[in-house]
Amino acid sequence: MIVESLPPHNATRMSWKRLRWIVLFAASVLLILFAPLPLPGTTPVERHIRIEASRFQFNPAEIQVNPGDRVTVELVATDVVHGFSLDGYNFELKADPGQTATGTFVAKKAGVFRFRCAVACGNLHPFMIGKLQVGPNFLLGRGIALGLLAVIGALWFLRGPSSVLSGITP
Amino acid sequence: MNRLDLTRIPLMRAFLLNRWPQFLLRAITLAGFVFTIVAGLFGSVVGGHNFAIIFVWIAWWTALKLFFIPFGGRSWCAICPIPMPGEWLQHGGILQPRRKGSAPGRRWPKALRGNWLQAGGFLLVGLFGALTLTTASVTALVLLGIFVLAFVLSLVFERRSFCNYLCPIGGFTGLYAQAGPVEVRVKDARVCAAHAEKTCYDACPWGLYPLALKSSANCGLCMECLRVCPVDNIAVNLRPWGSDLGPQTRHRLDEAFLGLVMLASVLVDAAVFLGPWGQLKSAAYATGSLSWFVFSGGFLVTALGILPGLYTIAAWVSMRLGAAKVTLRQSLAQYSQVLVPLGLMAWIAFTVAFAFAKFSYVLPVISDPLGWGWNLIGIAGTAWVGQSTPASLLIQVVLLAGGLFWASRVARRVSGSAKGALPLVAFSSIFSLGMLWLLVG
Repeated sequence: MIVESLPPHNATRMSWKRLRWIVLFAASVLLILFAPLPLPGTTPVERHIRIEASRFQFNPAEIQVNPGDRVTVELVATDVVHGFSLDGYNFELKADPGQTATGTFVAKKAGVFRFRCAVACGNLHPFMIGKLQVGPNFLLGRGIALGLLAVIGALWFLRGPSSVLSGITP
Repeated sequence: MNRLDLTRIPLMRAFLLNRWPQFLLRAITLAGFVFTIVAGLFGSVVGGHNFAIIFVWIAWWTALKLFFIPFGGRSWCAICPIPMPGEWLQHGGILQPRRKGSAPGRRWPKALRGNWLQAGGFLLVGLFGALTLTTASVTALVLLGIFVLAFVLSLVFERRSFCNYLCPIGGFTGLYAQAGPVEVRVKDARVCAAHAEKTCYDACPWGLYPLALKSSANCGLCMECLRVCPVDNIAVNLRPWGSDLGPQTRHRLDEAFLGLVMLASVLVDAAVFLGPWGQLKSAAYATGSLSWFVFSGGFLVTALGILPGLYTIAAWVSMRLGAAKVTLRQSLAQYSQVLVPLGLMAWIAFTVAFAFAKFSYVLPVISDPLGWGWNLIGIAGTAWVGQSTPASLLIQVVLLAGGLFWASRVARRVSGSAKGALPLVAFSSIFSLGMLWLLVG
């Protein structure tokens, strides 16, 4: 290993340099993941969304609203009993066949949330899923930024004929 | 060397040398396996209430990806019940080591060696995945079929031919065991070279000679070489993750194929089981229907066309940019290592998304394993609708980014230059972006 073959003071300098890069890299990761981002300023509105639930799909399965919107969901079960349970929100509905169930919630939390059928409706019931997006999908953006950082970091740490991290991993 | 030899820890050494602990674990897994088949065949048709579905596809499949492989490489293979009866028959006893000349059997046909058939098996699992994952009787029949096949093959072919060349799970664990932190290696190569008897090779159910081990892909960690070595020259090392990956190991084209099939499978599974597309789910489930054939076509085009095509372009460009003179075949084979961390982390991320939301089914099914209305430990009917939490979504993002980081490092190390690694990094980025979109998009 390169580090071991260097004189002690050079090896120490190398270690500090490596540590500095690792700290910078870790700080960048944390910043990308947790830095607060401003939500676009939109006026909250009332939204009425009719969702038809049939085995094993919601229609529409992808819904987009703005943060602060007051959302009324009208769930219609077209074949058997279906439910509607929204991740991240304490919001659940259950509709009997041919019947409608209605409920309202305020989309306070931003992000992408899955909604799932909450009543066993057949073999694929555990995978009957839809998607509610409240405002922009920051997590996807953070993921893309983190991926970019990962690529840059991987190539940077292994730059040149010897690796900056050669003392840590083989 | 940055290795910790576990056999230097007296308690661990005693545990590994004794055949009883492993036998007991295997007996438990065999009993669980038989019960799973019984539950699948005679239990409730409602998947969420049947032990076979919940324990195979949520508990075990999750444990394999989140525990066994990341922390133990092929450790599951050491306690897998499927090859046990055949192996006992071959060895002439339950606690017997394999001996030279015992049940010789035929050698596996040369044309069928490698990971090709395992990759094909995994493709089949994917094509029928929606049906198998949700129908207890189908899960039971698949397990029974695999069990019988492994037994019959052990009567005809030598050693663990089924595990080595056919088992889809063996292919999965073997591929990703290269990234795992456990390895069996010799302590001193000179000692082995001077030892004429090769007792370790004779005893190995996998047909491996420890002195020649460079990769952990095919080692099932059964510890037989450790037990029979007369000169105590076998080490069971804890090592840094990904130690097998880099320019020092040689790889084959079939490993690239297996790696690509795994990438395609995790993409398709994420789309089918976690996506909001009901028609896709129904098509994947309706085996034999026109929509299923369309789904199968899309799956096969992804697994055999799009991903291999993109990967071939990346390997070809990398070959052109790199300084070393290699053929495209060599480039495709050598860069297969990039697919290992990429796929492993994608499968783990998928599992976090999939299993965490479904884990509430696991405990209640212990209370009523056949779905017959029992309540053995008083927690039947307590399953709730699982959900993704912000933490689990964040973990998925970090896992995917970690996979991309790791894959980029491997690409860089294999290619020897940043320029040569870039095409493979671009390939990995496209794949990771696709997974990211499917999981948190």
